[in-house]
Amino acid sequence: MSAPNPLELERVTMRFGGLKALSAFSLVMRPRELVGLIGPNGAGKTTAFNAITGVYRPSEGDVRVAGERVNGRRPHEICARGVARTFQNIRLFKELTALDNVRIACHAQATSGFFDALFLTGRHRSEEARIVARAEGYLEVMGLADRRDEIAKGLPYGEQRRLEIARALATDPKVLCLDEPAAGMNAGEKTELMQLIRGIRDRFGLAILVIEHDMRLVMGVSERMLVLDHGVTIAEGAPEAIRKDPKVIEAYLGDAYLEEKHIEVPPA
Amino acid sequence: MIRGAFRSVLPFVVGIPLLAIAQAFVPQAYFLWIVTIGVNVVLAVSLNVVNGFTGQFSLGHAGFMAVGAYTAAKVSLAFAGVRIVGLPEVVSDQLAFAFALAGGMGAAALAGFLVGMPSLRLRGDYLAIVTLGFGEIIRSLIENTTVLGEALGLQGLPKRTNVVWIGVSALATIVMARRLAVSTQGRALFAIREDEIAAEAMGVDTTGYKVRAFTISAAYAGLAGGLVGHSIQMVTPAMFTFIRSIEVVVMVVLGGLGSVTGSILAAVVLGIAIEAFRNFQEYRMVVYALLLVVLMLLRPQGILGTRELWDLRFFRRVPRPRPLAATPGGASPTDVRDEP
Repeated sequence: MSAPNPLELERVTMRFGGLKALSAFSLVMRPRELVGLIGPNGAGKTTAFNAITGVYRPSEGDVRVAGERVNGRRPHEICARGVARTFQNIRLFKELTALDNVRIACHAQATSGFFDALFLTGRHRSEEARIVARAEGYLEVMGLADRRDEIAKGLPYGEQRRLEIARALATDPKVLCLDEPAAGMNAGEKTELMQLIRGIRDRFGLAILVIEHDMRLVMGVSERMLVLDHGVTIAEGAPEAIRKDPKVIEAYLGDAYLEEKHIEVPPA
Repeated sequence: MIRGAFRSVLPFVVGIPLLAIAQAFVPQAYFLWIVTIGVNVVLAVSLNVVNGFTGQFSLGHAGFMAVGAYTAAKVSLAFAGVRIVGLPEVVSDQLAFAFALAGGMGAAALAGFLVGMPSLRLRGDYLAIVTLGFGEIIRSLIENTTVLGEALGLQGLPKRTNVVWIGVSALATIVMARRLAVSTQGRALFAIREDEIAAEAMGVDTTGYKVRAFTISAAYAGLAGGLVGHSIQMVTPAMFTFIRSIEVVVMVVLGGLGSVTGSILAAVVLGIAIEAFRNFQEYRMVVYALLLVVLMLLRPQGILGTRELWDLRFFRRVPRPRPLAATPGGASPTDVRDEP
């Protein structure tokens, strides 16, 4: 048997009181796969992310990371098992430098403890040097090398987004979940970012799950797409098929559009 | 390896001889000043690890101080008159004192761990209330326990605290805070302060780190307690009231949450003020309140903010080059916006 898939979700349901934010959501991420997750506002995309990364505990269903069931694990434990994420509304450590932001994410691999730090043991010092080198490497990859000592909140918006990706990469993940990485960017920046995401996948050999509003953009980059609407997966498949799927068009543009264009929606 | 081990103790190798010289020359009249200032430094810098580095609001420092002070006092009283065979009396006494202080630190650390475990899941005001409650519970427990001398406290402790002990303790606290601040572990604490959800998502065990910060901070508060008891030769519950905790919080906030040198500065200035205006003690709380109000109006981040003294332009000989604001292809700084 081959290595287990880095991430599997099996019929994950998230209920908040009477609201089903996500129902029976299944997803298998194979190694080095780039998957797009799209859907209109409030479709449950971020809820799916939160269920994967341990912010929420699924009401039903299983989340498996590299074959291990992680339901109810805390986010830092899931992170240590190889799932990293970025946030829709940037959540950098605002008052710290770009380097420190990335260094914190290198933390999970650190083996020295409080006492090593207090007594400056050899292990501690060599580890600190290693962490700096690694963090600088990730800044370099994201084109932020010259921003090393800048305070995060002072960085331009696009660079803050990239710094968040650098930080997520530094946790050494097998799956990278990007929550609207291109939000608030202009068309040129978006295209550039999507190429960068592809580059990251090729370079680090990660599986990447991208949430994105902009359909055209995510279609250009993903190999497979899932479409959510009101918590239900309404379509799954290759980007070309998704583009033509009447259900997807309906979810995004409403049935008035379909009628105007004379497109038939097959019964669910 | 030997070089590393030497660097680890370097501050003390330099500090202890200097302190010994100071010990010989400082007039007895100023001894109490030094105790007040030194103990304030230990308290403020250690509280800064919790309130400043980790961003958790603790109001229980006096409680941990009490645990340390009473444990050290009990150990000292148990050792009174006991002399370690084969050692001169002075050395034997000093060893007993070291043992008492270590005991105080250990007991306070244990208290910090036990209080921290359940309560650090709480945030902000709730944590402040729990730690405040802990401090008051400790004090009432002592006031009603016969072996701890009830409201009268424990008298007749040996006078062991001297300039060297005060200096070494302050140094040890500062070294701890500074080394923590530049380590992976310290950065994990900063991450919790900045954004707990993001810290957790980046692999920081937030609860574990909060408990560890709390435990270390409590240990040093216990050390401060031991030092105070063995300088005025008694411990009473009245020394560890809620007011004492507030005093330390005022120092930390005044100096700047997260700034070690800020805490030291505030501890020294307030320490001198406390001693200089001892005759006007009843106005102390009024002055603290005024100080905080003025500070919040003029400089809410504290005197130094999260920075250290050497970060100030005045102390930096080589100014850091400022990179150009806009990068080719990137968004301009005017694009920075606050996310909702």
